[in-house]
Amino acid sequence: MSSNDAADLDPRDEIVTHLPAMRAFALSLTRNPSQADDLVQDAVIKAWKNLGSFQVGTNMRAWLFTILRNTFYSDRRKAKREVQDSDGSFAATLSRKPDHDGRLALADFEVAFAKLNDEQREALVLVGASGFSYEEAAVTCGVAVGTIKSRVNRARQRLTELMELSDSEALELTDQETMAVVTAGLPVRGSAA
Amino acid sequence: MQPHDDKNLDEQIEENLRKVYQKTLEEDIPDRFLDLLDQLKQQDAQK
Repeated sequence: MSSNDAADLDPRDEIVTHLPAMRAFALSLTRNPSQADDLVQDAVIKAWKNLGSFQVGTNMRAWLFTILRNTFYSDRRKAKREVQDSDGSFAATLSRKPDHDGRLALADFEVAFAKLNDEQREALVLVGASGFSYEEAAVTCGVAVGTIKSRVNRARQRLTELMELSDSEALELTDQETMAVVTAGLPVRGSAA
Repeated sequence: MQPHDDKNLDEQIEENLRKVYQKTLEEDIPDRFLDLLDQLKQQDAQK
């Protein structure tokens, strides 16, 4: 997996390579682009100050995600307030690049995704989108592997329920049509890690 | 209610998730972060 090159790289120079992933993870936590970047900035500063505790050669992305995540939760405990309209802001970032195949389903997905609780959302993002193994996600979140697995499963179930619900409520497309639109444009994933 | 193919739905969820994630991944890193890293490096150098 990690080569000697990665181990030889100064951790200070490696951080920049993880910034895109940190921003994506932060966005999934905050669901608000400007808050996400503030969170990334705080996390980068913390990481820099604590670079001494990073073991060179280990998974820096998981280490950075842990810092980012801890920062997010401790900020929120301090602030003690939920951000309203974060769903709207997040949805706005998504409509920037509309893709004709599955666009409706994606918007639908966004609404459902925003309704997951934090634990489910981050578990799903870590495992489903950022390519973490269950083990890496467990370390990042500081919980057992089984806990991550069950959070991912519950998140999927919940999304499924929410998306079915919205189909029957407000969407113009029927579920079958939505599925057809979405699956038509998708490559088959054979080797997702 | 239409019967659902759970496997398809799971795949749909993951694809959507990746799309959402991918959009941020593909964005250029904002200057504020590159500036920040430069500043941090300079601080270290001055120690």
